[in-house]
Parts: sequence; C-alpha cells; structure tokens
Amino acid sequence: MLIQRKPNGIELPYPSEITPRDVFESRRAFMQKIAVGSIAGGALLDMASREAFAAGPAAARKLAVKSNPDYVVLDKQTDYKDATTYNNYYEFGTDKSSPARYAQALKTRPWTVAIEGEVKKPMTLDIDRLLKLAPIEERIYRLRCVEGWSMVIPWAGYSLAELIRKVEPTSNAKYVEFVTVADKSAMNGLRRPVLDWPYTEGLRIDEANHPLTLLTVGMYGEVLPNQNGAPVRIVVPWKYGFKSAKAIVKIRFVRDQPRTAWNLAAPNEYGFYSNVNPQVDHPRWSQASERRIGEDGFFTKKRPTLMFNGYSQVAPLYAGMDLKKYY
Amino acid sequence: MAFHPAPRQFAAIKTCVFVLALLPFLRLVWGGFADDLGANPLEFITWNTGDWALYFLCMTLAATPLRRLSGWNWLIRLRRMLGLYTFFYAALHFMTFLWFDHFFDVEEMLKDIGKRPFILVGFSAFVLMMPLAITSTNAMVRRMGAKRWQWMHRLIYLIAPLAILHFWWMKAGKHDFEQPIILGAIVSALLLSRVVRAVRNHSRERALPQRPA
Repeated sequence: MLIQRKPNGIELPYPSEITPRDVFESRRAFMQKIAVGSIAGGALLDMASREAFAAGPAAARKLAVKSNPDYVVLDKQTDYKDATTYNNYYEFGTDKSSPARYAQALKTRPWTVAIEGEVKKPMTLDIDRLLKLAPIEERIYRLRCVEGWSMVIPWAGYSLAELIRKVEPTSNAKYVEFVTVADKSAMNGLRRPVLDWPYTEGLRIDEANHPLTLLTVGMYGEVLPNQNGAPVRIVVPWKYGFKSAKAIVKIRFVRDQPRTAWNLAAPNEYGFYSNVNPQVDHPRWSQASERRIGEDGFFTKKRPTLMFNGYSQVAPLYAGMDLKKYY
Repeated sequence: MAFHPAPRQFAAIKTCVFVLALLPFLRLVWGGFADDLGANPLEFITWNTGDWALYFLCMTLAATPLRRLSGWNWLIRLRRMLGLYTFFYAALHFMTFLWFDHFFDVEEMLKDIGKRPFILVGFSAFVLMMPLAITSTNAMVRRMGAKRWQWMHRLIYLIAPLAILHFWWMKAGKHDFEQPIILGAIVSALLLSRVVRAVRNHSRERALPQRPA
C-alpha cells in the first residue's frame, strides 16, 4: 500500500478499513435482532467456549466496565481463545500453552498489594478496595511482544496515575518498581532458574504516571484469567509485553532505576526502557515487523511495527533521548 | 542378541521407519488445515520442523555407533534414509523462514542472515547439508569413489555442532537451556564415540610395526 498512513504524524486507518456509518448501524441493528432471537445460540456458544479457558462461572467473572472512547484502536480484536491460551508467563513454564494449563493453581483471593517506598501514604490495599479505587474503564490496546507477534486486547482497569495520586509520592520517587507473586506451591516454573524470581519490572515515574499506563484487573469484560495476570497487572501498551508485569503484590516507589527481571537475565537483549521500536533490532531478530495473532497467516506478509506501538503520544517522554542507547 | 533380518523383514523395517519419519510432517499438514497448531501456527511449524531436523540428525549420527555396539550391521542401511529425513525437515525449517518470516523476499532474507549470527549458523548448516543430500545416491557414491565420498560426508561432523549452536543461541534469549543441553549432550556423545574409536585405531596401527615380523 503506497498511500501514506501518517500525515502529520497522526495514525490514520486506511480508507478501506473504515466501515461506513449506515453499514455499521444496520449491522448493529441486525446483530441486536439476532442476539434477541437467539441468545441461547451465539451468546451461549461464546460463553461456553470461554468457560473452557477461564475458571469459575461466567457470572462471577463479569466485570462492570465502561468503554473509554479515547482508547480504542481500529484493529480487529484478538480472539479470546488466542489471548488466553498463548501466553508468556514463565512462572508456569516456558511453553506458551503452559500458563493456560497450570495457572488455575494460583489463588488470587485473598490478595493484597503493598504500596511502599518513597510515598507519603504507604498502604496495603485489598484487591476489593483496589477494584473500587476508580471507575473501571475498558480500553482496547495493541500488545506487541518482544518476540515479534502482537494482539489487540480489550483490557479493563484504570490509569495507574489514579493510584499514584492517592499514595502521594515524595520528590525522591523517580521510579516505580513492580514486584510480582512467586508462589512456589502454585508455580512450577519457579523451580527452574530461568529468571531471578520473583519477576520484577519497573517504569520511570513519568511513564508510570502517563494516562496510557493501565492498572489492569480484567479483559474482554471479565476479571483477568489467571494466565493473563490475575488479579491485578500493569499494561504499558507502548512497551514490549514483558514490561507489563502480571499478578502484582508490591508497588515500590524508589530513587534509583530498579533492576528488572529480563534486563538482569540478558542485559544486551532487553533494556530497561524496552519501548516498541521498529528501528532497534533485537540482537537475534528484527523488530521492524510483527505477526498479528489470528490474522497474519500463511498468505500475508508480516505487518510493519509502529514506533511506540502506534502510541506516538508518549514520544515527549523520551525527547532528546538516544533510544538506540536506551533500548 | 544378534538380529539379522531377512531381506523381506528388512524391507518391512525400512518401510516402517519411512512412514514413522513422515508422521511429524503429516501432523503439521493436518494441523495446518484443521487449525490445530495453537494461536501462532507459523511459529509452531517453524519450531517443530527445526526440532525434528535435530532429532533426525541425532538418529543419523547414532546409526554407526549403535551398529558397532549391537553388531546389527543392517542399521547402517537405514542411515541414508535418516540423513535424508534430516535434510527434509531442515529444508522445511528453512522454507518456513523464507516464507513466513520474509514472504519469499530473498534479498531481505539474505540481509537478515548477514545481520544475525544465530540465523547465519543455522543457514550454514543447511547449505552444507545440500551436497550431502545431492550425493546420497548409489550412483553418486560410485561416481565419486567411496573414499572421496566418505570424506565429503564427514561434513556432518561440522554440520551437527553448527545445528546445535543455532539451537542454543536461539534459546539463549529465553534463558531456557534445558533442550539445547540435552541435544548438545547427545550430539557430543555421538561425536566423541568416533573420536575415541579413531584414537584407539590410531594407537593400534602405531603399535603394529613394533610387533616382531
């Protein structure tokens, strides 16, 4: 396609991808009719298929979410099945199918998140309190894995900034560290020293405060399945997926750049920043393109990866920084 | 212990091995059409064909030591087929790279190979296998002469470590060395068994002239 997609740096869809309004509306009416007529059909089928990949009855998993129109992408959403069976979560094994198979062993309630370090009001929040701290929004984000594949996922949560405001960081708080759960009785992967457990991640304070950074408790209108980081995780859509730590138990505000799991394991391959950047290759593969799960198949080329995964609004955070050096 | 199959029995064994060795491929074809290869089928095919190329490489290298240990000389007559299957799965593995990763853009692919040592190593192993596959026929053995043919086919001793290095390097980023260690140990043992034998033969030969005539 030779048509320029980014006039003035604004991300635009191809004209062919935009559905005309009347088509969209008539389709919606059609879908409503179908849904009314056959709730026992399609909807149940969908719920039944979800039953197989998530724990507990559907009613208990339901999450009251309000879609936030500021955070919507036009890309097609990834199938729930793909998003919940193809996961990197090494605590449950290095195979991508392992988390879906073994993550049910993790107990996600009761659960508390300790917020400590350079804050005026350190606190330990129960998951139920965390859920009520701010209105839960649905945001559709692109997810780009450092391995070269991507998904489009409707997350549910609120900006981490909401929480940060409540704990009042001091002026010494330059970074935020996320410590995740390491439960030996539930997580078989911890037996192998693939990473330095527990898995830790971190952000610069301005990155953590960016409205895009989402404290996430759900996806697809439901609470997070265990394999996707239940009960609470972070989602940073302009960085490679591993920056978005799962099953968080501690959020620490610190002065110095925290050590992060993948950076410790292979510093020349995974930097602290790890912003999605098509110009900075991984030492062993190119980051210029990606394969969208469920879409880019046998007969289509991989799609080009966008700078900051298409979230160009974060560019000012890195003004003047050499992103090749701070990869 | 000694088992020497009659010609008809051997033909049956050979057919069995041929069909069994084809199963991983058939499974991929079936899985591809039935959408049964997980969320990222292309990655699955890429990894799976690579895995099987390595497994067949080990089986090929195992034929000779196993024959010496067991005295089952007929094992050697399966070696060519195992070697060709190694090449078959390596070729499929290479095709997935050219097709899925570069969509048949050869220039892009070559650039990628130049930039990435782990791919360069794997690609070299594959290129080195080509002459071995081409000269695998009886006619070629005759044409080249057994001695020269054998020398050339010792390239496998270079190909095997390259293949393991490729695999090792690929897994290094994920810090997951379990499989490369296992396969590396198997290949090392198989190569070492040849070194041990060569050294032993050599010292025996040197011992010969000292015997009273």
